[in-house]
Parts: sequence; C-alpha cells; structure tokens
Amino acid sequence: MAKFVSVEEAVALIPDGASIMFGGFMGCGSAHKFIDALSKSGKKDLTVISNDASMPGGPLGEEFYGIAKLVHNRQIKKLIATHVGLNPEVATQSMQEGTLEVVLIPQGSMAEMIRAGGSGLGGVLTPTGVGTIVEDNPYCLGKQTINGREYLLIAPLRADFAVIAGYKIDKAGNVWYKGNTSNFNIVMATAADTVIAEAEVVVEIGEIAPEDVRTPGVFVDYVVEGGKYNG
Amino acid sequence: MDRSEIKSFIAKRVAKELKDGDVVNLGIGLPTLVPNYLPEDVHIILQSENGIIGTDTVTEENKDPVHVVDAGGSPSAIAPGGAFIDSSVSFGMIRGGHVDATVLGGLEVDEEGSLANWIIPGKRMPGMGGAMDLLVGAKNVIVAMEHTAKGNPKILKKCRLPYTAVKCITIIVTEMGVIKVTDQGLVLTEYNPEFTIEEIQAATEATLIISPDLKPMV
Repeated sequence: MAKFVSVEEAVALIPDGASIMFGGFMGCGSAHKFIDALSKSGKKDLTVISNDASMPGGPLGEEFYGIAKLVHNRQIKKLIATHVGLNPEVATQSMQEGTLEVVLIPQGSMAEMIRAGGSGLGGVLTPTGVGTIVEDNPYCLGKQTINGREYLLIAPLRADFAVIAGYKIDKAGNVWYKGNTSNFNIVMATAADTVIAEAEVVVEIGEIAPEDVRTPGVFVDYVVEGGKYNG
Repeated sequence: MDRSEIKSFIAKRVAKELKDGDVVNLGIGLPTLVPNYLPEDVHIILQSENGIIGTDTVTEENKDPVHVVDAGGSPSAIAPGGAFIDSSVSFGMIRGGHVDATVLGGLEVDEEGSLANWIIPGKRMPGMGGAMDLLVGAKNVIVAMEHTAKGNPKILKKCRLPYTAVKCITIIVTEMGVIKVTDQGLVLTEYNPEFTIEEIQAATEATLIISPDLKPMV
C-alpha cells in the first residue's frame, strides 16, 4: 500500500549516487515539487534516466524547468536520455567540461527498455537504430535477423528509484494523468525498486474510476502531494 | 526566393503528398508549415510522439502548457476525437506502421535513401529523440529541406555525418525539385522551372536519374 509522505521525507529516501528515472517530457508530466526539493538538497552523483534534460525557461516563467534544475546544480553524473538539445547546459557540462556523461538512446527504444525492465523481459528487439552508431551503444547487445529483417537486441533498463507525476492520485496510490503527462511515467512506475509518485491533487478512493486508473497503486511505494502546479 | 519563401514553397509541395485521413508526424521547423497548405477537403490526424493523437491549434481557451505539450516542449492542444497515449504506446504505434507519413528535415541524405539529421560529432549532440523510430516505422518518410547548405550539396552519394536511419526515405522535396528514392537510385520526378536540370544536378552530389515523366513543380 502506498505510503503518504512529505516532499522532504521523499527526498530524504534518495542517497548520493542513486539512479533515478524521472517521468516527463520537456518538464510536462514531471514531479516538479519533488525535483525542486531535490535540487535544493545537495544530493549528488545521480544517474538520471529521463526522456530529456528539460530546459531553462518553463511555460510559467520558471528560470529552470523540471530536471533542468538538477542539471544546473550539477547533481547529475550520468544522464541517459533521448534528446538534450533544448538544455544548453548539458552540452557545456558534457562536451566542454567533461563532468557529465550522456548516453543517448532512441525514444521508442528507451520506452521499451524501461517497459522490459519493469515487466520481466530480458531485452528488446527493435529495428530502430540498425546501421547507425546506436549499434555501438553500451545497451546494444547485438543484432539478430528475424524473417529477413535486422533488429538490435537492446538491454532492459531499471533504476533504484522512479519519480513519476500524476494529476490525481487516490489514497490507494492509483494514478490518473491529465493531458499528455503520462508519457514515460507509466513505464517508469514499473521499473524501479522504489517508486515515488507526486500528485497535484490527492483524492479519496473511488474518485478515480477503476477503468480510468493508468498506473495502479500497487506499483507506487510513496505518494507526495505537490499541490496544483502553478510555476 | 528568400529563405522564408523557400520554406513555404517546400511545405506547399509536401502538402500534396498527404491524403485525407492520413496519420502524420511532423518534425520541428519547416514540416510544421505543411498543414497550412492542405486543401480544404484533406483532413489529417497529427500525431505527436510524446503522446497526442490528433493535435489541434493552441488557443487562449484550450491552452494548458503544464499538461499538454508537443514534441518540442511547446504548448499543444488536442482536437475533438483525439487521444492521449503514453510513450510506449506512441512508439509502438510509430514502429508498428500505424503512422502513414512523417515529414522531417535533413542535414544530409544519400543515394541509398539514408538520412543524417541528428548529430554533428564534436559540435552538436542534441540527441535523436524519436527520429530514428519514426524513420524506421512510418510508411512514408518525406524529407523536406533546402537543397543545399551555404551552397554545398546536402544530397550526397553517401552521408558523411552519422546516420539517423539507413534506406528509409520515400521522397525528398526541396526548392529545386522532387526526388523519389528507388532501387535504381534517386529519380528527379519534378523540377522547379526557376532552375535548369543542369543547375539542379550541379547542386546535387548524388547522380540524379531524370524521370521520363519529369514535370514542373506546381
């Protein structure tokens, strides 16, 4: 059963050097209150798995949006992502200063690697990346030909923590996502040893219809109430 | 034509490749201009790989930049009849052949129909995002780009930059012409009458096969 904790208690769970999956796409669907608290915590040497590095300049005038705060505070040692081009600090830290290791993975492959990691599969066979430098990626385990078509065998991906964000979360930890915030949150909730879910609104059991639950509460270990996000 | 006119010209021609009911994913930049040029009776469903099937124009009324964004992270909206999906379903849709066409730009393309558009080693490494999946999975891959970069050919015998995907392109649309990728090579099927065929070939490193049915771009 999901345990309800404060943002500070949830951040205290994270040790230096932890690997953390963050849901969200350019900050949309990220656990903003948790990330803000983590960015002020001084935790360091994190391995972050996320679609992107978000960006400076959020939609509501934020100076740094989502995990761009963690990049800016230099808390990330290794970033596994699909696209980092909208956060110029990543290029500075990785290419000029050499303080941040970046591993780039195709977006669809990352989603399936995490899904595999969370659903007991030994890997993913995908045609994406065949003939490209993705073949040299540390997660690419080889190539197979099936029915005449070439596929890359890609390793599953898990993390110590997944930090996801839903709009409504009920007292059983069931998550309902608003708009297109579900993105990577759904697969990430299945693929970490400890899952922390941030709600904008916590609701009573029954207020989310069972058929509208997209991340069942059984996947969620901790819930924090972030409040409606308004920048 | 200035650069803005070139982009509109290319987008207008790309629009003719799309059919009523097509599910289409548009890359950032020039491709986003394409829907402006669709005939009134052609309605397409725009897919955004971060989880929208059926994007709509953002208005003051429907704007929710915290919860609905496009694949570039900018505010987006959903059209009536649309659906929000998660990343795994979205890319299952893309790789699984459920997207009819993708339109995207290119840094380099080559005679085999391969595309490079995601990295300049040592200089820029923004990441491939969803491009590699889209190129492998979309039924039609339409490259919409200026024919040259600072006067240098972008349509090469072989890409020199790292590939985004190999042997993936269906058609290339530039301000000079329309080029189809075939097993025999690159076939020029339409040309912009502002240029001679010789000028188009001179701006192209790859050898162009001139279609017997060559016609002007309109």
